[in-house]
Amino acid sequence: MHRDRVRSSVSRQKVRTVIQLCSAVLFNGFLSGLKNVRIFTGKTKSFCVPVLNCYSCPAALGSCPIGSLQAVLGSAGGRFPFYVLGSLMLFGVLLGRLICGLLCPFGLIQDLLSRIPVKKVSLPEKADRHLRYVKYILLAVFVIALPAFIRDDSGSSLPWFCKFICPAGTLEGGIPLVLFNKDLRSLIGPLFWWKVLLLAAILTAAVFIPRFFCRYMCPLGAFYSLFNRFSLVRMSVNTESCISCGKCREVCPMSIDPVHQISGAECILCGRCRDVCPASSISLDPPAFRTKPGRPHAEGTEGGSATS
Amino acid sequence: MNENKTKEDRRIAALRIFFLILAAVLIIIGLLNKEYITVLNKAVRICLECIGIG
Repeated sequence: MHRDRVRSSVSRQKVRTVIQLCSAVLFNGFLSGLKNVRIFTGKTKSFCVPVLNCYSCPAALGSCPIGSLQAVLGSAGGRFPFYVLGSLMLFGVLLGRLICGLLCPFGLIQDLLSRIPVKKVSLPEKADRHLRYVKYILLAVFVIALPAFIRDDSGSSLPWFCKFICPAGTLEGGIPLVLFNKDLRSLIGPLFWWKVLLLAAILTAAVFIPRFFCRYMCPLGAFYSLFNRFSLVRMSVNTESCISCGKCREVCPMSIDPVHQISGAECILCGRCRDVCPASSISLDPPAFRTKPGRPHAEGTEGGSATS
Repeated sequence: MNENKTKEDRRIAALRIFFLILAAVLIIIGLLNKEYITVLNKAVRICLECIGIG
């Protein structure tokens, strides 16, 4: 029985990785861009993809929503980003942070790095709790406030998050373009090296702290987390059958307690907790499969107490 | 307790519908404002800031 459960868990993990890979290929399907080191210029780039995926990646077929948000806010004269905000809201309400757990290419990279067999680090609870607010600060300050209010003489502003922080832009766009384009290589300065250093630090941290960037730094995850509690796709715990073994907490890449925080702001709905639950108490719950009344389920009670 | 649960479910469903409608309205306004052209124009050129050069 235990062996069956382990086997099933491993196969679900494989399926999850395949979905993540397919998603990465779907959003980055312009393969000739990789070959010729030029970016895609087709009409699909007027659509935002739901994930953090740099539009300057040579293979990208769509637009990064965080980059687009800054581009519209920072355009000459400044405009309210109706289209980008609406798209983000739609993604958030439909899928919530399932996007982080299953679709984001930068999430996949972190998942692969966290498989490196080294001892994982747990930050002290208080530090961890406070650091999780950093992503909201990055969203409010670097993605919204600075591009909206700090303008140059022409009336436009910088994409502050992309320019100074975004590791996905460096990894997917910066490094391949600079490696294979001599003209761009000649323009490298301290800013590029700062971004490479930051990328290296984030990727190294992801080896020791699974999903480091998603936990503490991703402004897109911060936005989706606002919708996680009422997104169409959610997970729930049957508190009646839960045996409080703690196995779900051990495997959670976001280091939350699924029994109390499932589908809460920090849950990326990856389903690892469901894979290991010996009592099969955790389920993925699109509304069509919602449990019938009488079987108590806890859903995203951030405060810590499970409702039943 | 089940009554509370149902109430909470209803509240969640109402919020979900509200935000779905809001998202649709925002997207329509954005499309009417041709905001997608700003997005497209930004995305079809190499963003030097994004790659750490600009």
